[in-house]
Amino acid sequence: MARRTLVVNGARHDVDVPPETPLLWVLRDTLGLTGTKFGCGQALCGACTVHLDGEPVRSCQTAVEAAVGKRVTTIEGLAGKEDHPLQAAWAAEEVPQCGYCQSGQLMAAAALLARTPRQTDADIDRAMAGILCRCGTYNRIRRAIKRAAGVTP
Amino acid sequence: MTAPGLSRREFLALSAGGGAALWLSVALPERAAAGGGAALEPNAWLRIDEKGAVTIFLAKAEMGQGVYTAMPLLVAEELEADWRAIQVVQADAHPRFGTMVTGGSSSVRRSFGPLREAGAAARELLVAAAARRWGVPAASCRAAQGAVLHPDTGRRLGYGALVADAAKLPVPAAPALKDPKDWKLLGRRVARLDTPAKTHGRAVFGLDVRVPGMRHAVVARPPVMGGKVVRFDGSKALRVRGVERVVQVPSGVAVVAASTWAAIQGREALDVTFDPGPNGKLDQAAIARILAEAPLLPTPARAEGDVEKALASAARRLEATYELPLLAHATMEPMSCTAHVTRGAVEIWAPTQAPSWAVEPVARALGIAPAKVTLHTTFLGGGFGRRAMPDFVLEAVQVSKAVGGPVQVTWTREDDMRHDFYRPPGRNELRAGLDAAGRLVAWHHRVRTPSARRQIFGGPPPGPGERPDVAEGAADVPYAAGAILVDCAAPELGVPLGFWRSVYSSQNAFPEECFIDEVAAAAGKDPLEFRLALMAPGSRLRAALALAAEKAGWGTPPPAGRARGLACHSSFGSHVAEVAEVSLEKGRLRVHRVTCAVDCGLVVTPDAVEAQIEGAVVYGLSAALRGEITVKDGAVVQGNFDDYEPLRMDEMPAVEVHLVPSAEPPGGVGEPGVPPIAPAVANALFALTGKRHRRLPLRDLG
Repeated sequence: MARRTLVVNGARHDVDVPPETPLLWVLRDTLGLTGTKFGCGQALCGACTVHLDGEPVRSCQTAVEAAVGKRVTTIEGLAGKEDHPLQAAWAAEEVPQCGYCQSGQLMAAAALLARTPRQTDADIDRAMAGILCRCGTYNRIRRAIKRAAGVTP
Repeated sequence: MTAPGLSRREFLALSAGGGAALWLSVALPERAAAGGGAALEPNAWLRIDEKGAVTIFLAKAEMGQGVYTAMPLLVAEELEADWRAIQVVQADAHPRFGTMVTGGSSSVRRSFGPLREAGAAARELLVAAAARRWGVPAASCRAAQGAVLHPDTGRRLGYGALVADAAKLPVPAAPALKDPKDWKLLGRRVARLDTPAKTHGRAVFGLDVRVPGMRHAVVARPPVMGGKVVRFDGSKALRVRGVERVVQVPSGVAVVAASTWAAIQGREALDVTFDPGPNGKLDQAAIARILAEAPLLPTPARAEGDVEKALASAARRLEATYELPLLAHATMEPMSCTAHVTRGAVEIWAPTQAPSWAVEPVARALGIAPAKVTLHTTFLGGGFGRRAMPDFVLEAVQVSKAVGGPVQVTWTREDDMRHDFYRPPGRNELRAGLDAAGRLVAWHHRVRTPSARRQIFGGPPPGPGERPDVAEGAADVPYAAGAILVDCAAPELGVPLGFWRSVYSSQNAFPEECFIDEVAAAAGKDPLEFRLALMAPGSRLRAALALAAEKAGWGTPPPAGRARGLACHSSFGSHVAEVAEVSLEKGRLRVHRVTCAVDCGLVVTPDAVEAQIEGAVVYGLSAALRGEITVKDGAVVQGNFDDYEPLRMDEMPAVEVHLVPSAEPPGGVGEPGVPPIAPAVANALFALTGKRHRRLPLRDLG
């Protein structure tokens, strides 16, 4: 059992957990970063989406070992000095209802926005279909992504 | 924000997750103002301190429907408070708030009077205190933006300067309420107060509670309702790194560990044998038989005229059977609860819709007084009726009691889906008669479905004059017919049953609204015209139906390859009509557009109403297109979002919500959007293909 170093939202953390432990539980239970959510444990709902070096991954199916040496970004690290444009757009469109899936929605959308600044609806579908919402906020999410991207809805 | 009365331990517990934890500040300040300062607390709902800070106590659970904003708005509107200076504190379970249950689309409906009166009473006290101070008539003063003004002399006193005097005055019993035309906050688009916390990962849901010393647990439960643990051996589980205890509790065997992952791994390694008990042979065929063969309840839910005679003399008779499956709630946040049993008391952090229904069973199980149960409600990651049940709260308490410390019990997705309180399955037998002119002369709806209410609360079957729960949404069929009979069979079923968003209206609207479509087709009439002709002129549902049809372009040709269907239904005091536009490509049903018209009376938070209807459409659509829980050998087959898959973003239709302007008292909005969507889609499918699909979900469409 070796200690390993994770870089999460720019901060270094030494953690002592078995290498196959899903990153999700290290974030939530070891580091106390509870903004990343547990929804299904099988990469089916996307509530646990975080970034590894800017790429969206399902942290419930990502062994902590795979995150070593990479930059991990969670919802807690999405905003810089100011809110991320998506967070402002989410507020403007009043996206969240229960809010439980929204960390994953925002992280998936942020990766999309970084990769594809001017998205089509098909781009949004591809990037977002993996993130479930039971409250039915999908149309507002789509509008908010377009608002943040400056794309006319 | 300050949180008077918050113990240091509670403060630590809730601040561990991040700054916004204090949004969910937990303890209720004691009535004697903490810190010695004067304060005005004319009722349970609000407190104004010497600095003029207004705290509003939220006794409802925020599960997405917006009560975190709507309830304070009701108080603040009448209080004439400065909205930006309001603090919301989630109230702990306490009898001073009455029955604390969030459900039945009742929060705004039931709080509309009391919470506005709470704010108005405080305003009148503050105005009276200022008028005395100035020696002027109260009627010459007015309140605005957290201060009392005397316009004649230009004098002004902030609420904070008046609380000490106001607290000495008698609380008015019937304060004057504003005319809705004078509202400044209600009826407008006000930013939701919980949005910032939810877009920054700071909102504290049940699973996000962190208590010092807390252990994580999962429970191995018997897969069959009524099953029991026969034996277990925890030795392999205890060899998993991080696993600390394996203990039996009434609901199963708990594996307690230093982390959630260790607990889950420990349960994988657990050796446990269950006895399935009396329901071990239950399967789909048995459920279908139980529904079909159940005896009728002795008294019909509605009987007008002689249906048999009307049918016998009808020129044309129709009959059809509609079937609906069991459904899981599948909230995005699986069940969880955190509990800490101490000597003679317990502290609980629960994502529950019903603190009032949890406190009693917990107190009973521990043999303590209900007053010794401290229950903090967290944000809820979806509720939909599931979280009204106290099972997951009681279980966490039992695990904490067994290990003697604070424990968070996490349910995996599979636990959540296989140990739900399901929407009951239904079989509906309908008959109708038309006369030679195509008029409806007979309507018979026989509802066959178990009673969730009886399974949960017990008691005898409904007697004469009592309407059984299973008839909700069927007995009030809105169409005039020469004779109407709605009768019911409500067998017992060895599957846990509960309240699923819109409850029996979600089941009964489907057969009712599809069958009336069948009758319209048999009469050779347009489905809209046929319905309108049978609905009471001036009825609110009829107006909503006409509006939805107009906005959807009913009567104009739909885009190529598509067809429209409509349905309407009244429930929880509101009236909703929906028009669905669908296509079928290679056997795959696609819903492109849903046009909704809603009459929910006076609208307090218009954006939240629209959001709830949008959400209800998606929730109902997920069920209509794919939702089905099946039972094999007494256990639920489905376990995760691969075999119980809600609608995804790429399948989402455009949803338009049109509100019918109304001065009627507010109706519910969380649930009434659900019932019309399944029949609207099924009717559109019929319009497209000419074939009736009478079973949900709408599959195998070939």
